[in-house]
Amino acid sequence: MLLIPCPWCGKRAQTEFTYRGDATVERPDLADSDSQWYDYVYTRDNPRGEHTEWWHHTGGCRKWFKVRRNTWTHEVISSEPPVRD
Amino acid sequence: MGAFRNSSGGTLDRTQRIRFRFDGKQYSGFQGDTLASALLANGVRVVGRSFKYHRPRGVFGMGVEEPSAMVRLRTGARAEPNVRVTEVELFDGLEAHSQHCWPSVNFDLGAIANVMSPLLPAGFYYKTFMWPATKWMFYEHFIRKAAGLGSSATEPDPDNYSRSYEFCDVLIVGAGPAGLSAALSAASSGAKVMLVDETPDGGGRLRFDDEVINDGPADKWLNETLRELSKMPNFEFRFRTTAFGYYDQNMVVALERVSDHLPEPEPGQVRQRVLQIRAKQVVLASGSIERSIPFGYNDKPGVMLASAVRGYALKYAVACGRRAVVFTNNDSAYATVTALHSVGAQVVAVVDSRTQSPGKRALEQLGDAKLIQGSVVIKTKGLRSVQAVEIGQIADEGDSPKKSHTIRCDLVCVSGGWTPTIHLFSHAQGKLNFDDSISAFVPGADIPALHVVGSANGEFSLAACLRQGSDAGIESAKQAGYETTASVSIPTAPEESVGDMEPLWSVPRTGSRVKRFVDIQNDVTIDDIELAHTEGFVSVEHLKRYTTLGMGTDQGRTSNINGLANLARLRKAEVPEVGHTTFRPPYTPVSLGALAGVDFSEHLSPVRRTPLHQWHERNHAHLQNSGVWKRPAYYPRTGESVQDAILRETRHVREKVGITDVSSLGKIDVQGRDAAEFLERIYINRWKSLQIGRCRYGLMLREDGFVFDDGTSTRLSENEFYMTTTTANAGPVLEHMEIYAQTVWPELHVHLTSISDQWAGMALAGPFSRNVLNTVIGEQAASNENLPYMGVINARIADVPVLVFRVSFSGELGYEIHIPSRQAELVWETILAAGQEWEIAPYGLEAMTILRIEKGHVVAAELDGRTTAADLGFGRMMKPDGDYVGKRLAERSALTANGRKQLVGIKSIDSSPIPRGAQIIAEPSGGKPAQTFGQVTSACFSPHLNQEIGLALIKDGRLIYGKTMYAASPLTGREVPVEIVHHIFVDAEGERVRG
Ligand SMILES: [Zn+2]
Repeated sequence: MLLIPCPWCGKRAQTEFTYRGDATVERPDLADSDSQWYDYVYTRDNPRGEHTEWWHHTGGCRKWFKVRRNTWTHEVISSEPPVRD
Repeated sequence: MGAFRNSSGGTLDRTQRIRFRFDGKQYSGFQGDTLASALLANGVRVVGRSFKYHRPRGVFGMGVEEPSAMVRLRTGARAEPNVRVTEVELFDGLEAHSQHCWPSVNFDLGAIANVMSPLLPAGFYYKTFMWPATKWMFYEHFIRKAAGLGSSATEPDPDNYSRSYEFCDVLIVGAGPAGLSAALSAASSGAKVMLVDETPDGGGRLRFDDEVINDGPADKWLNETLRELSKMPNFEFRFRTTAFGYYDQNMVVALERVSDHLPEPEPGQVRQRVLQIRAKQVVLASGSIERSIPFGYNDKPGVMLASAVRGYALKYAVACGRRAVVFTNNDSAYATVTALHSVGAQVVAVVDSRTQSPGKRALEQLGDAKLIQGSVVIKTKGLRSVQAVEIGQIADEGDSPKKSHTIRCDLVCVSGGWTPTIHLFSHAQGKLNFDDSISAFVPGADIPALHVVGSANGEFSLAACLRQGSDAGIESAKQAGYETTASVSIPTAPEESVGDMEPLWSVPRTGSRVKRFVDIQNDVTIDDIELAHTEGFVSVEHLKRYTTLGMGTDQGRTSNINGLANLARLRKAEVPEVGHTTFRPPYTPVSLGALAGVDFSEHLSPVRRTPLHQWHERNHAHLQNSGVWKRPAYYPRTGESVQDAILRETRHVREKVGITDVSSLGKIDVQGRDAAEFLERIYINRWKSLQIGRCRYGLMLREDGFVFDDGTSTRLSENEFYMTTTTANAGPVLEHMEIYAQTVWPELHVHLTSISDQWAGMALAGPFSRNVLNTVIGEQAASNENLPYMGVINARIADVPVLVFRVSFSGELGYEIHIPSRQAELVWETILAAGQEWEIAPYGLEAMTILRIEKGHVVAAELDGRTTAADLGFGRMMKPDGDYVGKRLAERSALTANGRKQLVGIKSIDSSPIPRGAQIIAEPSGGKPAQTFGQVTSACFSPHLNQEIGLALIKDGRLIYGKTMYAASPLTGREVPVEIVHHIFVDAEGERVRG
């Protein structure tokens, strides 16, 4: 079981979190093309190696944040809050 | 005492005699015995029969490595199959039975398989019983009866199991010399240290090897060390605890056998406990296991590991035989000679396959036993156990040894070298290197925060084990943030000069029928490996699966490397080229009970009860599971049938007034200066225009354009909304909104809080509902002017502050009253009392379902993740301007095209009930395949219409009102003609709810 570093609470057991996949995709604007929207909703890379992904501290502070993780070695490299404008 | 036990020696408590039964016969042993040592002391040699050939098998090892001596332990509900006798601590009244033999262990009909064995080569079952496939089930029945391990208990397990979460700075696995030395060093730094060991008292080889530490007897050092550690507050021992898996980031999972050494657990005591240990640093001091040498009939009772014979002699004062031959390729087995002498056994000869001389200490240990160098044991002789061995000189590479003479003996002590126990290192994805000097795989490149020491690391000298352990203890404590201040004194042992071992992977073939066993649990022989190789199996993973080598409960601890090396020999390759099979958790079998812990039966998943639950129970509600919730289905009256109760409750709401518990609805408090803007983007309809004190029905989509959830939300103030969700989606909707609030539109100032548990809810519905409300909050407050349809007010009932919503799920005049959970029952009872005049009655989920179908309200059956807002008749709610979740993909052509399934009502034409889940077809099919135009999503008998009705999703349904179609249920063989109608059966104009 992984230890996930919540930027607010510190390292906690994986069972406290919900995983939501690729954190690099950004929601397009209404005016953007159909293909951009399809990609956003349906298409994800499945990298073997480092990956930036969304995690939710569901059983804790309920914050969403980004984790940099190696999908091959399971090494958790870093975590950060969602970028604010 | 038994004929094979010395009257003194060992570490037994001879004052405590213990009685036990094996295969119905009474024996006795002492406190401190294992079942294995007690059986050997009583001269019991045949303990079971082998898996495939039903050959007699005895005790071979002394601990976790034991491949063959397995029994069914205990009886009745506590009976456990495949228990290694070497790991069972003897207790009074113990009962054990031999396995897979019938009618008895000494006369087994299945042994016919042994005579037939030329017909049972590797892969026999695969080849013979594969075709025709339909016959496999037939064959399997008999194969499983003949081959296979013990049977488990059929009654429910009476014992309890638990799980605990442990945290430490340094976890040390194994309490042998290296582990204890590591523990001393690490604990002296102040770090929190935990030491686990699978035995009852630790010590490893120091328990049975005659060694010197710090210039004194090793057992003195051992006892002092255990005493010293036990006094340290930052140190914890867990004995009888096997670390069986290593997982990411230093999480080690272990099984603690809390009470397996007792006849049964003490009252309140668990049987076993699974420990999830999260350690900053792990020191792996898991030791090594002696391996066998495949020679002719090396599986017979009387052939044992040299280290085990030594252990039984020194720890239990048991002589495993009276005349022994030692067969070895390394120095370690020579200590067995002195050990056997100490219990009065005779050692006839040491057969050493090496031509070079053993080391100095080995020669001292040899004493006056005869040394036969450059020779091997060709085969054993004897029917049910060893009676003699044939000795032969090693010939040229690959040639058969030449028989020189026969020695009469009843015990062969074999040592083919030592294999480091590196399973946990492999679980950690550690790479292994092959060390030629010990002919074994050892840990390769370092893994962060994991230190492998001692013989697990391929280091067999005691002095070096102590040193490595101590160094790792200091280093691991340091990496965990603790400096060792006082100078740690490293325990010392004399440095020995040891002769090199020479690999002997098998004794070459001497006759076509002579079986040389590699894996004595699964009856895999050298011939089987040769056959597999001949048939083209060149990968170790394929070899393993084809021959079943190492696939038994012992996972081939004493045999795997012999199998790999023989495959390498056949492939004319080096062992590392052939590689090794992958170790996976668990290291030893773990009972399902321990893995389940307390998570079974009613504890399997959490149960949620509403704040009114106790009232429902007191008033004899029939409770039903609704997701994780327990909700009242109906409140039957004396003598009333289920159906009558449901119909009465339904009619009562339409004709008078009813009240029901809706506390399980999800409730979310949405606050912030952008709260209205946020809801505008979450829901498909408008929210900024909603007045304070009013509520609105809202529908939300997923980003893919399909409907996600619905509910009513209220504007409590400019910047605060009280949102409700469906019961099932309470959690998912909050998470969904958190994603958007925190990651997509972080610029919006909005705060989301679940208040589902803080607020209870009840729905008051029926023509007299306002009359009831009048009496509890006053006529003025409850008036149509003050509380119009979709209005919301603050009020007090029984002096409890409540929210009253003018909403309806049934199509009748209705209200929802939300109350702080703790006061829910008080308010509920106050309303019931006030409503007596109007004959108020509670109603349950069943009546609520009928009422909502009559009103055409959609629930999860219709919001199935494949319906759009337009499909459900909510197309006009979708605001044309502005962004909201799901807008863009809801506009794609496939979701807006003609021909989609639309929500409609259906009425049974011939009065027969409409089958739920039925498919809608155009013509009666007579059971033949037919094109489907949709499906029935909900159905019920409507007491209001006195008709069987339902809701359905039908292709272009709204265009075909009045048409007759057929609801076909192939499962029940029924086809019901139905008329397609509008989905709202009651109060389509909304006059009642607005009245
Ligand atoms: Zn957190």
